[in-house]
Amino acid sequence: MSQSTNALKTMKNYLAKSACTAALVLSASFLPTSAVAQAWEPVKPVEFLIPAGTGGGADQMARFIQGVINKHKLMKQPMVVVNKAGGAGAEAFLDIKTSNRDPHKLVITLSNLFTTPLGTNIPFNWKEITPISMLALDQFILWVNAESEIKTTADFIAAVKAGDDKKMKMGGTGSKQEDQIITVAIERLTAPKKMTYIPYRGGGEVAVQLVGKHVDSTVNNPIEAVSQWRANSLRALCIFDAKRSTYTGKVTATQAWSDIPTCKESGMNVEYQMLRGVFGAPGITPAQTAYYVDLFKKVAETPDWKEYMEQGAFNQTTMSGDAYKAWLTAAEKTHYDLMKEASFLAPGK
Amino acid sequence: MEELNLLMGGFAVVLTPYNIMLMVIGILLGVIIGVLPGLGGANGVAILLPLTFSMPPTSAIIMLSCLYWGALFGGAITSILFNIPGEPWSVATTFDGHPMAQNGKADEALTIAFTSSFIGALFAVIVITFLAPLVAKFALKFGPAEFFAVQFLTFASFIGMGTGSPYKTIMAMCLGFALAAVGLDTITGQLRMTFDFITLLKGFSFLVAVIGLFGIGEMLSSMEEGLEFKGAQAKLRLDAVLRTWKTLPKYWATSLRSCLVGVWMGVTPGGATPASFMSYGLARRFSKEPETFGKGNPEGIVGPETAAHAAGTAALLPMLTLGIPGSPTAAVLLGGLLIWGLQPGPLLFVEKPDFVWGLIASMYLGNFVGLIVVLTCVPAFAAILRVPFSIVAPVIMVVCAVGAYTVNNSMFDVWLMIIFGIMGYVFGKLKYPLAPLVLALVLGDTAESSFRQAMLSSQGNMSIFWANPLVTTIMLLGLIMLLWPVFNWIMGRVRGQAKTA
Repeated sequence: MSQSTNALKTMKNYLAKSACTAALVLSASFLPTSAVAQAWEPVKPVEFLIPAGTGGGADQMARFIQGVINKHKLMKQPMVVVNKAGGAGAEAFLDIKTSNRDPHKLVITLSNLFTTPLGTNIPFNWKEITPISMLALDQFILWVNAESEIKTTADFIAAVKAGDDKKMKMGGTGSKQEDQIITVAIERLTAPKKMTYIPYRGGGEVAVQLVGKHVDSTVNNPIEAVSQWRANSLRALCIFDAKRSTYTGKVTATQAWSDIPTCKESGMNVEYQMLRGVFGAPGITPAQTAYYVDLFKKVAETPDWKEYMEQGAFNQTTMSGDAYKAWLTAAEKTHYDLMKEASFLAPGK
Repeated sequence: MEELNLLMGGFAVVLTPYNIMLMVIGILLGVIIGVLPGLGGANGVAILLPLTFSMPPTSAIIMLSCLYWGALFGGAITSILFNIPGEPWSVATTFDGHPMAQNGKADEALTIAFTSSFIGALFAVIVITFLAPLVAKFALKFGPAEFFAVQFLTFASFIGMGTGSPYKTIMAMCLGFALAAVGLDTITGQLRMTFDFITLLKGFSFLVAVIGLFGIGEMLSSMEEGLEFKGAQAKLRLDAVLRTWKTLPKYWATSLRSCLVGVWMGVTPGGATPASFMSYGLARRFSKEPETFGKGNPEGIVGPETAAHAAGTAALLPMLTLGIPGSPTAAVLLGGLLIWGLQPGPLLFVEKPDFVWGLIASMYLGNFVGLIVVLTCVPAFAAILRVPFSIVAPVIMVVCAVGAYTVNNSMFDVWLMIIFGIMGYVFGKLKYPLAPLVLALVLGDTAESSFRQAMLSSQGNMSIFWANPLVTTIMLLGLIMLLWPVFNWIMGRVRGQAKTA
């Protein structure tokens, strides 16, 4: 056990060091750009909205960013984090939508950027606010209890197909959101047998329900389930990404994130990742957008951020500008299709 | 006694001047946060969290957890003095705490509240110290059906509260359920009863309702009754603490029961608020003179305060051992752990013993320091009632409004608070009880989700509620509590008949 912890530490040190070097090289090459971006900077505290409750993945990330900015003095004005979780995050989105041209307001997003308006008819679309940058993509992993007889993804599909209809209980966060969308996507492969999806309030709760065997499987984010995985309470079957994770440091006694096969290579052709991105108010100027793009670039270069990314096995894809907009347009279409197929769309969509 | 060695190690970590200084700062900030309605422990911790990133994790968690203890202590102060619950878990404290203050016993009520809080916390910390692995395993047994059973027991132990008409109690409870249902339904992901008003998306916040119903309602009544505080004329006696302590041992049964309820609810995780309500209901149920409850019975403070603090403390256990928070504040602390590079979960005790045992040691010390701090302030707090009403009332109104605004940073909530205030006043005039409404508002939503999760899980089969010994026991306890008044009535009739015959 201690060996693997040491291995993890060495890995972290190595990453931290390389990150520092990278940061130096990057900041040197970006000097001219930053000089332009500095043309505008916040003149009062920046409000950072979270469309979710305290303690969840988005909340953790936003508060982490606030801490990193604070620690490394990346912004002169303070950043204030505000939770607006009402209506599956609609409260935060509507708040920023109505703060026209207010450069001191940002919102961090998760998949509810798409799912909430599509599922509830709330008058909001991501195109009405200003995309700033994609910070990372959060992964999803198919988990079962470590004592389960299901050892592989193939076993899992076979178990659903062979069992009674709706016998397999899948626990997840929220209703008609990412976890249930993945569940429906898996059901395409197990047809005509379906699963029973049970919605809970938060990801940590879902992981513990699986340890307590109140549900049979989950699609928790890595960071929500990692501690139970390390304690040998859970088994990871596959990761819903196109490629395996790039983190090779041992997390459990025997496995690294990179040891988890992709669902596709295990015979379950489902891919899904969740956006962790930042948006600004409608109508903010290019200089203001550029300032924040640069700010989040600096955050991503800190060793603290690298370590956090590894802890949660995040996919470190970052984007801004037109590439980000193109990605968002495609992602919205994907969500629309998935939700249409699952008949999760609100009437009239 | 390996735990004792580890605990001593923990004390060695904590007992540095720097950590003790952080502890006192945390407690003081916490008491202030607890006193201000709206600005709850969770908000307080969240605001300070980013400031702690540059500290060593152990020092950081000591300061933040002490802030939490402070908030748990502080919540009782305004409940007792002004009938305004500073925190959700102090609502039940108002039922008897405020009448005591009105009878001129504010100092005693405060002493009882603080001492009970301390006893509850101490009990919970001892459980955490020696039984952590066992208790963590017990928490794993709780699925949706078990949660619903617990919530059912809470409601059942509260039935028959108040001496008024039972129909009024039922009406108040139904109204509470209806208010709790507004907003997003977590099971279907659909909006309910928002009537396309965007401001209703987030539903009715429990805190806003409570500040209005209790605080503003009370203010309106006081204005009508002559613009002064009842009980203000009572003499301030400096021996209040010692005098009250002498009377406390006779409430040992309520205290022990509340400790158990609190630890159980904190671990499972039900949270401090339901724990305080359940414990109040039970204290009244088992009392020899239930009719004195609501009129200033000290047991009505011992029950909820002990349970709330025990639950609040025990809530940290599932956070440390399972990575699930037992309360909103614990949820924010959990985020903190990840940011400090610690991974909460089953291995934390093995990998970071310094941190875990430092935290546990700080729970002992923090609560002890907290008790001393708040007890020395009892005469000062009680003296607030001697300030003329015309000066304090506007201040309270402003503090309430700021509190209601802080809950969601929304002006709409301030208007809601005023509406709830008028409702509280009207309820008082018509002799409708507020407690069932508030209980339904705070638990209605979670009870509904648990019930529907259980139904999904069993595919609509009610037998899930007696599927295993644990859930059956809790359901049975709930049914007994529910039918208790009927038993009492029958027993009374039988005895009456025996006498006449």
